Amino acid sequence: MTRQMTGAAMVVQALKDQGVEVVFGYPGGAVLPIYDEIFQQNDIRHILVRHEQGAVHMAEGYARSTGKVGVALVTSGPGATNAVTGLVDALMDSIPILVISGQVPTFMIGTDGFQEADTVGITRPCTKHNWLVKDTEKLSEVIHQAFHVSRSGRPGPVLVDIPKDVQFATGTYTPMEKTRTAHYQPRVQGDPEQILRMVELMETAERPVFYTGGGVINSGPKASQLLREFVAETDFPITSTLMGLGCYPASGKNWLGMLGMHGLYEANLAMHGCDLMINIGARFDDRITGRIKDFSPGSKKIHVDIDPSSINKVIRTDVPIIGDVTHVLEEALKLWRARGRKTNKAGLTQWWGRIAEWRSVKCLTYKNSDKIIKPQYALERLEALTKGMDRYITTEVGQHQMWAAQFLGFEGPNRWMTSGGLGTMGYGLPASIGVQVAHPDALVINVAGDASWLMNMQEMGTAMQFRTPVKQFILNNERLGMVRQWQELLHGERYSQSWSESLPDFVKLADAFGCKGIQCKDPADLDDAIRDMLAYDGPVIFDCLVEKHENCFPMIPSGKPHNEMLLGDADTQGVIGAKGAVLV
Amino acid sequence: MSPLNIKKGSSSHSAYDLRDPNAVVIETHTLAVVVDNESGVLARVIGLFSGRGYNIDSLTVAETDHASHLSRITVVTTGTPQVIEQIKAQLARMVPVHEVHDLTTDGPAVQRELALFKVSGKGEARIEALQLAEIFRANVVDSTLGSFVFEMTGTPEKIDAFADLMRPLGLLEMARTGVAALSRGV
Ligand SMILES: Cc1ncc(C[n+]2csc(CCOP(=O)(O)OP(=O)(O)O)c2C)c(N)n1
Repeated sequence: MTRQMTGAAMVVQALKDQGVEVVFGYPGGAVLPIYDEIFQQNDIRHILVRHEQGAVHMAEGYARSTGKVGVALVTSGPGATNAVTGLVDALMDSIPILVISGQVPTFMIGTDGFQEADTVGITRPCTKHNWLVKDTEKLSEVIHQAFHVSRSGRPGPVLVDIPKDVQFATGTYTPMEKTRTAHYQPRVQGDPEQILRMVELMETAERPVFYTGGGVINSGPKASQLLREFVAETDFPITSTLMGLGCYPASGKNWLGMLGMHGLYEANLAMHGCDLMINIGARFDDRITGRIKDFSPGSKKIHVDIDPSSINKVIRTDVPIIGDVTHVLEEALKLWRARGRKTNKAGLTQWWGRIAEWRSVKCLTYKNSDKIIKPQYALERLEALTKGMDRYITTEVGQHQMWAAQFLGFEGPNRWMTSGGLGTMGYGLPASIGVQVAHPDALVINVAGDASWLMNMQEMGTAMQFRTPVKQFILNNERLGMVRQWQELLHGERYSQSWSESLPDFVKLADAFGCKGIQCKDPADLDDAIRDMLAYDGPVIFDCLVEKHENCFPMIPSGKPHNEMLLGDADTQGVIGAKGAVLV
Repeated sequence: MSPLNIKKGSSSHSAYDLRDPNAVVIETHTLAVVVDNESGVLARVIGLFSGRGYNIDSLTVAETDHASHLSRITVVTTGTPQVIEQIKAQLARMVPVHEVHDLTTDGPAVQRELALFKVSGKGEARIEALQLAEIFRANVVDSTLGSFVFEMTGTPEKIDAFADLMRPLGLLEMARTGVAALSRGV
């Protein structure tokens, strides 16, 4: 049976058929027919945002906490251009989202019509793929294809641009099952020969380390499960990138903590000194490798990635395995077990001995104070008081983000949403709303910096309207803290434009939005204040006044190898050469 | 470099890849990319090259399979072996890309380009231009009392060589199509 309907009705029908429950969006002239359809149904909930960037980050938060494709709906021109930052954010972090944008009618395209922008042109390098649909007959198939592309292989953002006349016109609806997707089928099964080499290397390695990333999370909960079994049975140490936190539990005994520029001493030194690196779903990002020439000089490298272009992009790999993490881990684990569960026990014992020495450095030690709240202390207390709760954390970008990664523990995947690749200030607040919409009864906290939080604070209006009780935990140092830290270390303490002047009174701001505001500046009051925040049934803006000039350590300065890490203020004299200052 | 653009040591003549992966040699490769003939596909491919800082030495594109809406893009690019590998991987993962062939390493291939040359001249120079054209098997496709337009098909090197010879004889303008290439045999 073929069904005839308008383009606008097709959009809603296709979303329903794809199992979409919620759309984050903002109306405008070029999407009015779609909004009219949304008005006349009850299956799909619409969350009205306050800025289109917010809509896209909410869709990202929704996607990352559920594993499903997040959907945003925006109008033409400024609506679409406002969505660009979120699209690039999702591209860099491989987050599956679909943005549907309105466009001027087909006959007006190219005439500089009102609110016309070349949306597919602008977003071509910002999406995994995008489509301008000029014919209603093709619309539903394109939307189904867009979902397929977004979630297949390495996930990513897609955009479908729909001119207004295409929304009004009538055409035939192509259901999901009839949609042609055959041509885009990324490979998921790893090459058995390479998996055998992987297992062989694991059997003999003296100093192995698992280096895991967002690919484990993207592959689904089963990947994390298999990884845990592999780690437990081999007793290999494991570290993870910022993106992969939670794929192995922070309380697990083989956990070394996060690696990278602000990663833990033991994690980075294990990477530097290992003889076998098992990269599962990470991409050798520059925040991880430091100086390429000196990156883990003595190791053989296994790299499991679903995206062939990630292999050998930055670091030469000895055993490249193109495939989905779940499939590859499953096969490798099966093979390793069948071959007798061999590891180099003597080597491993020595290796763990060295790791124990590195751990004993206690690299996260900081000087606490009873007069002023240290940001690290605030996060330690937040961690202690929310432990065991059904908790999701989002962050903004800056020092607070790195401290959150260091001091909060994640026991499972999909519980940690942070803007890693793009480093988008303003991500955390809308992302927290997206997460809360997906998990209405969970505790959702955005660990924020004062400057980042202001970038999308209008979304508190959305949080109020849709009763999402998100907690905004602002570590307020009245600085663009991370910028200030770099200026201190790399630019002769010339603090150019890194003071947050004229900050609003966050408690009054909370009042103005109609939610709860809490300010805390005395360490002695902190626990009670956090408990107040947790107890309140609604959104909270928590203004935590912290030490203004705290630096985030450990730190591997740009352009330095892993074993030249800075551990604290005392170590920082003159270690960063002019070459390091050039890198970001 | 042979006329096929195969650098010494590249894998097409050996069972092993003899190139040092870390050496900073710059190679020239001819890639054939089969893509869906949909709007914007060329912009996507060109955007990949400009966005990631890859070189395009020449580029041709046309629909080659009307029934299945497929086009063939032939692109000649230069880079280190690692960059060439990246270019191929980046092209291959694009949604509308069906196939990527490296005609430089996948085996012997033929490359041809078509060029038009407008040469003006009188007397001796005019006669010399005509004689050279004959040697190069260039056809005269237009002539006036003071000018010729020659048409020539060949490898890019042959076209360069002919252009060099025509320049002192009065080369006014030149148009070239860019390289089209196919692998030899089946
Ligand atoms: C949109 C955007 N603009 C600029 C930057 C550069 N940047 C990185 S961290 C940072 C300072 C963040 O300050 P704040 O949010 O207060 O966090 P803190 O570092 O103090 O914890 C800036 C400006 C960025 N990451 N994103």
